[in-house]
Amino acid sequence: MRELLLVAIPLLGAGIALLWRGEWSRPLLLPVFAGLHTALVFWMLVDPPAVSPASWFGFDPIARAVLPAVSLLFLACSVYGVTYLRIRSERPNRIFVALLLAILGLLSAGHQARHLGFLWITTEAVTLAAVPLIHFNGTPRAFEATWKYLLIGGTGIALSLLGSFCLGYASLRGGGTGDLTFAALAAQGTALSRPWVLIAWVLLLVGYGTKMGLAPMHTWKPDVYGEAPGIVGAVLAGGVTTVAFTAILRVRAVVDAAGAGAVAARTLLVIGLFSMLVAAMLLLATRDFKRMLAYSSVEHMGILVIGASFGAAGTWAALFHVWGNSLAKGSLFLSAGNIRRAAGARTVDEVGGMAIVTPRSAATFVAGMFAVTACPPFGPFFSELAVLRAAFETGHTTAALLFLCGLLFVFFGLTRLVFAVVDGRPRAAAAAGSRRVRESLGVVLPAAVLLAFALWLGLATPAVLRDAWSAAVAQLFPSP
Amino acid sequence: MNETQNLLIGMAMGLNLLALGSSRLPSVVRAMAVQGVVLGLLPIVIEARFDWLVALVGVVTIAVKGVVIPSLLRRAMRAANIEREIEPFIGFVPSLLLGAVGTIAAVALAHELPLLPEHAGTLLVPGSLASIFTGFILLVGRVKAISQVCGYLILENGIYLFGLLLIHSTPLLVESGILLDLTVGVFVIGIIVDRIQRAFDSLDTRKLTALHE
Repeated sequence: MRELLLVAIPLLGAGIALLWRGEWSRPLLLPVFAGLHTALVFWMLVDPPAVSPASWFGFDPIARAVLPAVSLLFLACSVYGVTYLRIRSERPNRIFVALLLAILGLLSAGHQARHLGFLWITTEAVTLAAVPLIHFNGTPRAFEATWKYLLIGGTGIALSLLGSFCLGYASLRGGGTGDLTFAALAAQGTALSRPWVLIAWVLLLVGYGTKMGLAPMHTWKPDVYGEAPGIVGAVLAGGVTTVAFTAILRVRAVVDAAGAGAVAARTLLVIGLFSMLVAAMLLLATRDFKRMLAYSSVEHMGILVIGASFGAAGTWAALFHVWGNSLAKGSLFLSAGNIRRAAGARTVDEVGGMAIVTPRSAATFVAGMFAVTACPPFGPFFSELAVLRAAFETGHTTAALLFLCGLLFVFFGLTRLVFAVVDGRPRAAAAAGSRRVRESLGVVLPAAVLLAFALWLGLATPAVLRDAWSAAVAQLFPSP
Repeated sequence: MNETQNLLIGMAMGLNLLALGSSRLPSVVRAMAVQGVVLGLLPIVIEARFDWLVALVGVVTIAVKGVVIPSLLRRAMRAANIEREIEPFIGFVPSLLLGAVGTIAAVALAHELPLLPEHAGTLLVPGSLASIFTGFILLVGRVKAISQVCGYLILENGIYLFGLLLIHSTPLLVESGILLDLTVGVFVIGIIVDRIQRAFDSLDTRKLTALHE
């Protein structure tokens, strides 16, 4: 019942938003329904409902381990959204509010999907629902970003459907009855036809990897995160990527059961390291601080799959990192949005001295930068440390060294850009812009609160979260 | 039974090549529409006994792939006022040759894959692989947005063909999901095409180059 409510509450909110008349009061629906969702999901985190093994939908340990992070991020974004949509009152917000809430509902469904086909349908629906949000600004550049998103994202989603069919055929060929729940597929074990499982793994990794933004399927990311409003970027980077990651984890468990776990781990490691490398190179080259966020996101997706490649301990660390990434990256997106609005520009050639123009956003921006580059005592530091420990424990010394190099270069790239934006003397355009846009509490507080959560996650990781991650790992790696 | 089925899939594969080789957009769209009808007939032909759920899948496929989407595309084409694909990235003859090589490779590859005995004699897997490959050629090799959408649809058709392998076993949930998403996807793409038109006064995706590193 409660698991259905997680989907129904935001969708109900979306329906109400569509019918709501007041343009000015409509954004308030966002925090109301997001708040209900967060309260419900944290109640379920503490007191998880029972899930019958054969069900194709349920709040299982994997959903429990990551969905609260998404909900928390969404709540902060929705509070920010109220102020943001009032600043941008020249654009109608009916579709924006409705689709944002619909995305929350669909993400909740996707995280709880225990069926290959149902998981695909929710991912596809999320992809389509995000389209109007990306071209919210209505500029030609936003259209271009949307076109790329549709074409690349659409192809990715098509390949993941093909992968799902291949996995279904692997089951059919192995004498399966056509039950496509992950539990039933894993129960077939080595009876699954191995060639088909391997084809399915590659297609699903490419398909859901496109959604996550793993290199080399990351090319839509900088355009979309650069052009979409900060709040949309935060939801995409912290929420939509997460559902794709859990999809990969669920499929990986099936591949593991089919006896091809070593292949899966190796591909995850290679694609993860490649993503980190590509992200580091692009971060050292870019001059645009909103595209910087996209490359940083590619890096974090790399870290997630690298973690997942190091067995149970690494997967535990990756789930930890999902939280750190969602909270810290969300904060960074929101403060970058504030700075972008005040400065009226996005490249370091045009923006500088934001510590004087927007002192509070600049402070959260710098702190957020330290959080995502895994400086202690923020959450990502401890999760990346756990990934590193898992790497050494499983004997991947070279990979661990490459991982550290990647982190170092990313740190250089990010600090270079962030301090160029924050330090120095304000440009003339920015000074004029700051008179138009005030740093109200509504746009600064959500970023600061997310950051505070990221800090808390590092300093005192709650025991209930540790348990949730361990339970999810136990579901993914059942001991024989 | 297999004879009719293979005949239909063979037709679909021929239509792939037609789409690759033609420079006029209306004929690409027509090829796609015919392919949609052919694909819609397939589930009805495959099923030995009459199953109304499977028949429904076929009818809906014909309606969506054969009628709704082509008419949407024609509307987009009128709005954008374009008839021809001029200077594609990959020329028409090279893409036709690539398509032919791809089709042969698909047949060879499908021969290597372990199939259930009832699927071994059919062209389902080669047809699916060839369509997916054709879709990719059109996606990367064409400049006009509408041609790329056609490429995407042919890719989807290939995936649909593969899905027919599972039509007995998977719940219709998956099948109906595909149709729904396909419709919505093209709908949305159509709107975007419309907007791109207004923003750029052209459907040339080569002009979408403001965003690059």
